[in-house]
Amino acid sequence: MTVLMSAPTTRRRARSAGSAAKQSRRSSLAVSRAMLWPALATSIVLTQIPFVVTIFYSLQNWNLLRPGDRGFAGLDNYVSVLRDGSFLSSLGATVAVTGSSVVLSTVLGLLFAVLLDRNFRGRGLARTLMITPFLVMPAAAALVWKWSILDATTGMANWALGLVGIPPVAWNTDVPIVTIIAVLTWQYTPFAMLILLAGLQAQNKDVLEAAAVDGAGPLRTFGWITLPHLRQYVEIAVLLASIMLLQVFDPIAIMTRGTGGTKTLSYLLYERAFVGLEVGEAAAYGVMTVLVTIVVATVALRTLFKVFSTEGLGR
Amino acid sequence: MTTSRLRGSLVTAVTWVLVLAFFFPVAWMVFTAFKPERQAATMPPTFAPDLTLSGFQAVFDRDMLPYLINSLSASVGSTLLVLVLAVPAAYALSIRPIVKVRDALFFFISTRFMPVAASIIPVYLLLQSVGGLDNITWLTILYIGVNLPIAVWMMRSFLAEVPRELIEAAQLDGARLGTEIFRVVLPIVMPGIAAAGLICFIFAWNEFFLANLLTAQVARTTPPFLTSFVDGRGQFLAVLSAAATVAIVPVVIAGWIAQKQLVRGLAMGAIK
Repeated sequence: MTVLMSAPTTRRRARSAGSAAKQSRRSSLAVSRAMLWPALATSIVLTQIPFVVTIFYSLQNWNLLRPGDRGFAGLDNYVSVLRDGSFLSSLGATVAVTGSSVVLSTVLGLLFAVLLDRNFRGRGLARTLMITPFLVMPAAAALVWKWSILDATTGMANWALGLVGIPPVAWNTDVPIVTIIAVLTWQYTPFAMLILLAGLQAQNKDVLEAAAVDGAGPLRTFGWITLPHLRQYVEIAVLLASIMLLQVFDPIAIMTRGTGGTKTLSYLLYERAFVGLEVGEAAAYGVMTVLVTIVVATVALRTLFKVFSTEGLGR
Repeated sequence: MTTSRLRGSLVTAVTWVLVLAFFFPVAWMVFTAFKPERQAATMPPTFAPDLTLSGFQAVFDRDMLPYLINSLSASVGSTLLVLVLAVPAAYALSIRPIVKVRDALFFFISTRFMPVAASIIPVYLLLQSVGGLDNITWLTILYIGVNLPIAVWMMRSFLAEVPRELIEAAQLDGARLGTEIFRVVLPIVMPGIAAAGLICFIFAWNEFFLANLLTAQVARTTPPFLTSFVDGRGQFLAVLSAAATVAIVPVVIAGWIAQKQLVRGLAMGAIK
C-alpha cells in the first residue's frame, strides 16, 4: 500500500557534464532530497518495517506461553482467523460501530455547519463551544459519558428522560453499543462540522445570490447548489472519520471491554495479542484489519461518488 | 418581513439549544469536579452543591503530577521533533523542485491511515526485548511516527500558499538555501507551523492505546492514569471529574486560543 521514492541521484551526479543551469537544477534536486529523506526514512522505520514484520509473524505458529513451539505455519493463522466465529462477529461490530458513528456525526456535522454558518449574535462563542468535544481527551470523554451521563441510576441522560416521563434505561449494561456510538458521535461531529463549514465558506456567494434572484427558495438552493458543492467536503469528512474510527480503541477499552457487540477488530487484536499472547494469530488479525481498512476506504469513496452523481440529493 | 425575522431568531434559538446540549457533558464534568463527593452522583442531580476544591485536592494527593509531566514531555518532545522533520520535508515537496511529489505525499498519508494494529505487535516485542517498555523516550519516538504524516501534509498545504515570486526573488538575490528558508519562508508560514504543532500536540496528549499498552508506572501518561480513578468500592465521580478536568484543560484552552489556525489547519490538511 505504499509507494517508495526512487533511489537518490548520486550516480547521475557523478557524470558532471552539462550546462551550469542543469548543474544547479541537479544540486537543488539533491538538496530537496536531502530535506525530504529524514522524514521519509523515519516514517518507513516506524511504520512500514513493523508492518512487514507483522506479515512475517502472521505466517508463524507462535504463542508467547510456548516459546519452544515456534515455527512456520503458512496460512494456518489466516485459516483459523476466518474459521473462528469471532472474526466475523468482530467485523460486524466494527462495521456497526464505525458506520453508525460516521453517518450520525456527518449528518449532525452538516446540521451544525449550516446553523453556525448563519450570521447571529454570539456565533464565535457558539463555534468555540461546538469544537470542544473534539479537543477533549477521548479517555476523559469515555469516562465522563459512562459514569456521569449514561449511568443507570445517577446519569443525566436518564434524569432528562425522566423529565418527559420516559423510564430509565440501563445504557451501560443493556445497550453497550449505543454508549460507544454516542461518545464517538459526540467527539466526531465537531470534526465533520469543521470540514463542512470550510466547504460552506468556500461557496461562491454570487451563485447563491443569482439563485435567490431567480426565485429559488432556500431549501431548493440548498438541495441544488449547496449540497452538490459540498460533495467533496462530505466525502473527505466521511473518509477521514471512517479511517480514524475504524481503529478506535479508547472508548471500547474503557466503557465496554468489548461486551454487547462492541468487540471491534482493534479490540479483538488487542485481546488476542496481549491477553492471549497468540502472536501469530494476532498478527494475522492485524493484517486482516489493514485489508479491511483499505476496502472500507475504497468502498466508502465509491459509494459516495455514486450516491451523489446519480441521485443529486435534495429533490 | 417580521415573519422572516421571527423565523431567524427561532433558528438562532434552536442553534443555541443544540450547541449547549453538545457542550453540556464538558460543562457538567467541570461542575461536578467542584462538588463534594456525596453530592456528585445523586438522583435527582444536585444543581446547587456546596462548591469545594476537595476533588482537585484528592487528585493531587493521588500524585497526578508525574503523569502530567510524562504527558507533557512525550507531547512536547514528539511535537518538536516532528516539526524538525516535517518542515524541511514539506518544503522540499512544495517549493523546491522534486520528482514524484505525489508518490511521497501519498506515502505519508497512507502511513497515517494504517491502523496501529498493523505495527503494534513487533513494536511491543522489540521494546520488550530491549527493555524499552515503560520508557517515556520510546513512547515519544512512537508518537513521532504517528504525527509525522499529518504534519507533513498540513505544512505542505501552508507552504503551497507562499507566493512563488517571493522565493524566486530571494533566489535571484543569491540568497542561499538557509537564508531562503529562515528569512523569507519561515516568517510567512509561522502560523501554519503553529497550527501543525498544536494538532500534533493534541493528538499526542490525548493518545491512549500506545500509552496504555507500553507504559506501566514510571512512564505512565495521563490518559491511562485517568481510568484508575474508577473505584468499584465507593463514590468517585467528583474526583474523577476533577482529574478529567485537569487532563483536558491544557488542550482545550490551547485549542480555543488557536482556534482559527486549528480550523484552517484541519480543513486545509484535509482538503488540499
